[in-house]
Amino acid sequence: MHSRLNTSNLVICEYCDAVHARVLLRRKETAHCQHCGSELYRHPRLDIDMMMALTAASAIMFIIANCYPIVALDMQGLSNQATLWETILFTLDSNVGAIAVLAAASAFFFPLIQIILFSYVLIPLRAGRKPAAFAGAMHALRQLQPWSMVEVFMLGAVVSVVKLTAVADVAPQIGLWGFAVLTLLLTMLSSFDLHELWDQAAELEA
Amino acid sequence: MSSLPRAIDLKLIGCQACGLVLDNQHQHRDARCPRCEARVYSRKPDSLARSWAYLIAATILYIPANLLPIMLTTKMYNTESSTIVSGVIELWQSGAWDLAVIVFTASVVVPILKIVLLTFLLLSAQLRSTWRQRERTRLYRVIEYIGHWSMLDVFVVALLITLVHFHKLALVQAGPGIIAFGAVVVLTMLASMSFDPRLIWDTKEPDQRPPQNG
Repeated sequence: MHSRLNTSNLVICEYCDAVHARVLLRRKETAHCQHCGSELYRHPRLDIDMMMALTAASAIMFIIANCYPIVALDMQGLSNQATLWETILFTLDSNVGAIAVLAAASAFFFPLIQIILFSYVLIPLRAGRKPAAFAGAMHALRQLQPWSMVEVFMLGAVVSVVKLTAVADVAPQIGLWGFAVLTLLLTMLSSFDLHELWDQAAELEA
Repeated sequence: MSSLPRAIDLKLIGCQACGLVLDNQHQHRDARCPRCEARVYSRKPDSLARSWAYLIAATILYIPANLLPIMLTTKMYNTESSTIVSGVIELWQSGAWDLAVIVFTASVVVPILKIVLLTFLLLSAQLRSTWRQRERTRLYRVIEYIGHWSMLDVFVVALLITLVHFHKLALVQAGPGIIAFGAVVVLTMLASMSFDPRLIWDTKEPDQRPPQNG
C-alpha cells in the first residue's frame, strides 16, 4: 500500500470529482455516479480469455478486410476496385495528401496498433505475468481509443457505394464485409474498461 | 441525500490513466502515479485555455470547410463541384433519403453542435455557473461520444477519388474543402479532450449543488 489512507476501495468520478466507496456489482450491473450520473465502473463483461479471443478474431479480420477490395465498380465497360491501402496511396498522391495521412492513421495504423498492443498485454497476463512494457502499452491503448475509426470508415464505404449506384454498377466486396465484422469486434473490445486490466496486473504483483 | 465529498476537498486524486486513487502526498506539480507512472493532476492543466484555442481554430476553419468544394465531379467533359451541403442534397435527390439523413447528421449537425455546445460548456464553466450542472455533464459525455463520426466525409472523398478516375469520361477529384473539414474534426476532438468536465462542478459555493432526486 502506498498510502496512509485506505484508498483502494474508493473510486473518484472522472466527470465531477465525487468520491464514492466501491461496491461489488453483480453481472451486467453498472455503477453510476450519484452526483452527476456518469458511469463509474461496470461488472466486467469480458474476462481475459474472451478479450484474447476477440483480439485474435480482430487480427484475422483485419488481414481479411485489408487484403480484399472494399468496393468494385463498373461504369459502361470501365471497371475499378480498391482496397483500403490502395485508397490511402491514391489519396496520398492526389491534391489532398493530408487526408490520406488522416485516413491511414485512423482506419489502418491505429486499429492495427490497438490489436498488436492488446495481444502484447493480454498474452502474458493470461499466462500470469506482466509484460515488460505494460504501462507504456496501456497508456498507448488509452490514448489511441478515440482516434481509431474503423466504424466510421465502414459507414463511409457504405455511403460511397450508395453514392456510386446512381452512376455505375457497384458491388460491395469481401473487404467491406471484413470491415463490418472488424467494426463489431473492435467495438466489443474497446467497450472494456482498461482500469480493470490495471487492477488485474496489480494483483499479479501483490 | 447529503452531497458527496469531492476528491479535491479530501486532497485525493484519481489517476486518469489507471483509476488508482492517490492521497495528498501526490498534490505537488509533476507528481506521477505510483502504479502507472502517468502524470497525475487534480484538474487537467490549462484546460480552458487549451480548449478555447482548439475551439477557435476549429470555428475559423469551419468556414472554408463549408464554402470550398470538397469534390469535383467530371462526367463526359463536364465538371461540377460539390460542397458538404450540396453533397447531402444530391444524396437526398437521388432517393437515398436515409443515407442523406446520416451524412447530414455526421457532416453538418455534429460539427455545428460540437462547436456551439463546447462554446456553451466553456463559457458556463468559466463563469462558474451552477445552472443545470448534471445536464451539462451529460452534454459533455455526448460530445465526447459523437466526436469522431464527422470523419465520415473524409473517408467518402478518399474512396470516391480512388474508385472513379477514368480520365475525362468520369473523374472524381478532391477539393480543398475536405482538408479544412478534416482539420475541423480533429480540432473539435482535441478541444473536447482538453476540456475538464470537473470544472463544471468547481463553482464558488460548493454547497450550491442541485437537489438529488430519487
